[in-house]
Amino acid sequence: MIPVIEVKDVVTHYGSRKILNHVNVDIQPGEIMVVMGGSGSGKSTLLRHLIGLERVSAGSIRLLDQDIGHMSHHELTRFYRKLGVAFQGGALFSSMTVGENIMLPLREHTNLDEKTMAIMVRMKLEVVNLAGFEHLMPSELSGGMLKRAAFARAVIMDPALLFCDEPSAGLDPVVSSSLDELILQLRDALNMTIVVVTHELDSAFRIADRITVLDKGEVLTIGSVDQVRASTHTRIQDLLNRRFEETILDPDEYLARLTGESI
Amino acid sequence: MEHSVHVQPNGHIVSFSGEIDLENSPAARTRLLEVVEYATTVFVDLTAVTYMDSSGIASLVEAYQRAKKTNVAFVLISTSPAVLRVLQMARLDKVFTIHETLEHAQHAKH
Repeated sequence: MIPVIEVKDVVTHYGSRKILNHVNVDIQPGEIMVVMGGSGSGKSTLLRHLIGLERVSAGSIRLLDQDIGHMSHHELTRFYRKLGVAFQGGALFSSMTVGENIMLPLREHTNLDEKTMAIMVRMKLEVVNLAGFEHLMPSELSGGMLKRAAFARAVIMDPALLFCDEPSAGLDPVVSSSLDELILQLRDALNMTIVVVTHELDSAFRIADRITVLDKGEVLTIGSVDQVRASTHTRIQDLLNRRFEETILDPDEYLARLTGESI
Repeated sequence: MEHSVHVQPNGHIVSFSGEIDLENSPAARTRLLEVVEYATTVFVDLTAVTYMDSSGIASLVEAYQRAKKTNVAFVLISTSPAVLRVLQMARLDKVFTIHETLEHAQHAKH
């Protein structure tokens, strides 16, 4: 099967600092690939390359069998119709309603009738469980709702490829788990290929078909959840063990986070 | 996408085939809204549709709402998992009347 995302021997320098060092990743159609790693591992840089925000220093990135490194700005803009990106903070425009934010890609890239666009927006709000919220401003939404709205905007064009930056970051486990369900649902219903960048291990294990573990700009391993769990690589084990430390870290602090009240 | 309209004694059959996407869903919408204007029963045959995106589904929703307002029966025929999954995700499988074959649809009461 031909991969829909091919990262081939990618190297990235920021000045003399090497951020990515000969990274190779292939992602198959309909696959959910989770890219994991600690701070400074290069996962965010890889994501910026994948969504065309930053050019690689060497190597190539092919999406849907096209080399995005050789696209002109105009070609890349047209190609963006096939990509959806759910940014970490939501990245909704604060001066627009939730519905206007979600409709924005349709207005920019299509000539659809106003009524069609409005129905599409409401359908996507139904899917992300935000029905009836279209007239609210982003400032009126909670963190979890903002992420859901960001997902709705990311998939409004039914993209072939969906990229999610830290979808669970800063959310409580219940909301985080429901977002994971949403990612799985989107893949199953719309047959999207999804790349999720995260450092949340629980979430990664719930949704991943395969996991790419990055460390200091290099790929430590690419494998299924079971393969990553079973890895004897020291750095991978360090990453996995940190999960359990975090889980039992501080019950009082965790309780306070959930209730919004300190003890 | 290709489409055709056949008039039969028990209703108008609008048949689509291929992919219905952002590029061609406006044509599908126009045709559906036209047929709903003068038909009493509309069978939308999607069995040969290989892919339908949200803009196609939105066109179906709009035409269905128009049909309901004017008491026109509006029935979908589809067995395509690609179409049914998208309808299910937006819970529209609970809204539309969907039959597996045109024969079933024509023999059912609407």
